[in-house]
This record gives sequence, C-alpha cells and structure tokens, in this order.
Amino acid sequence: MKPGDWAVLLALAAATAALAPVAFRGGAAEKAVVRRDGVVVAELPLTQARRIEVAGALGTSVIEVQPGRARVAADPGPRQYCVRQGWLTQPNAVAICAPNHVSLSIAGRASSHDSLAY
Amino acid sequence: MTASPIELTATADDHRIARYAAAAIALSVVEAAIPMPLPGVKPGLANIVTLIVLARYGWRDAVWVSLLRVVAGSLLLGQFLAPGFFLALAGALASLLALGLAMHLPARAFGPVSQSLLAAFAHIAGQLVVARLWLVPHDGLFTLVPFFALAALLFGLANGLAAAKLLEDAGPPHP
Repeated sequence: MKPGDWAVLLALAAATAALAPVAFRGGAAEKAVVRRDGVVVAELPLTQARRIEVAGALGTSVIEVQPGRARVAADPGPRQYCVRQGWLTQPNAVAICAPNHVSLSIAGRASSHDSLAY
Repeated sequence: MTASPIELTATADDHRIARYAAAAIALSVVEAAIPMPLPGVKPGLANIVTLIVLARYGWRDAVWVSLLRVVAGSLLLGQFLAPGFFLALAGALASLLALGLAMHLPARAFGPVSQSLLAAFAHIAGQLVVARLWLVPHDGLFTLVPFFALAALLFGLANGLAAAKLLEDAGPPHP
C-alpha cells in the first residue's frame, strides 16, 4: 500500500458510506387509495383513523384506516377475499373486492417497484 | 492430411497473452462456484491477472487478457450472450477504461491497489448503466448501488493487495 492507495481507498470508502442511506430509503406508506370500477373515489392519508363506506356493484364496502395501515373491514362479496387479506401496510399492497368492483391500495410517496426479480 | 490454406502463426506475444488469459479464465470458473449473497456480486479474482498483465506488459495486453477471459469464461460457464455476459462485458470495458486512465497516475504514490479499486468501481458503474438501460429499466435498481459499492470496495482492495503481493514476489518481468 502506497500513500496514494490509502487516499483512493479512503475516498471510495467515504463514497460508499455516503451511498448507504440509499439502501434504506424504502417508500413509506402515505395514503390509502380507494377505487370503484377503477376510478379513485377516495384518497385517505394514513395518519388518522377513519372509516368510509363505498357503494359498489353488490352493496357497500367498508374501508377502515388507522395510522399506518388500512383494510377492507366489510364487503358484500361472496368469498370475502379482500376482507380476509387483513391490514395492508406496505406501499403498493392492494386488496381487491372484485365482485363489488371496489379496490383498496396503499400508495407511497413515489410509486415504486413491487419487487425485483433476476 | 491436406494442407490447410490458412496459416495462423502465433507470436510470442500471442502465447504470453494466451497463458495469462488461461489463468484468468481458470479463476473465473473457480469463483463461479463460490456462492454469493447478492446476484451479480462476484470477487472478480480474474482481475488480479488483468492487474498483473497491466503492470508488466501494458494496457494493450491487459485488454486482450480481460476480453478473452470474458468471452471464453462465459463460453465455459454457458453464459455466452446471456444477460450476465453483457453485464460482464460492460463491466470489463468500463474497468479497462478506468485502468487505462489509472495507470498514468504517478507510480510513486499509486500502486495496483489504487488501480484495482478504481477498476472495481468502474466495473459496477458499467454494469449498472447496461442493467438500467436494458435489463431492469427502473430506478429501483439503484437501491442496490450501496451493496455493489461495498462489494467493489472490499473485492477491489483484496484483488489489488493480491496483485501487489504477486508483483512484488515475482520481481521484474522476464519476457
């Protein structure tokens, strides 16, 4: 190791350390987006608890929001898939009540990728 | 046996490049067997050979050895023309470019370790450009940059130290 080698090593180590926050930037969940037939009917910030009712094709779906999470609390659909999905917390998570034409999704600050596959 | 109309004469240069390329290819094949936590992260042991060739015989020979290693190594591993091949090629070209510049740093202060580190970072930069433009056209790819940078730092240092030690032990070249 010559003096210049140490300088290069320290400079690149500093650059690597400066990059570290990028890895943990993860999109935070910001709001719940409720759609009826693909049209946004409500955007609820995930900061305060709320319940809203959405009129769908079969009846009324109840969307419940709590700080940091949201769920479909009740739905008239026959198989209850979207209700049984429970609380959604991650950006881009989605619960679809297909029979009732209602969907609930979580949006982050910037809509990001779902996953990376190799 | 009929005489072949094509005569290929291998010069001493060709033999030397072939010998070093063979060593580099062997190292690529060996390191392919080492499991790595993140896809695309490899120690790049073959770059030790590139660094030694660069120090002893210059940039032109290093380019030959490096590109022969990429092509022949990928053929042996069944990766030829697969996405991984283009990533390796982009990385190799970028790091050869970096080595071409880094070799002009004053030798008094900068040794193979500097060259290795700079080449390692150029390697991930070249790979990321190709990956972003072609394989994963999404900015989410850049979330992986810190991990690639850390790998480049560690393996660039390790390979540089190995090359420096080998060059020191071997002494001046005897062509």
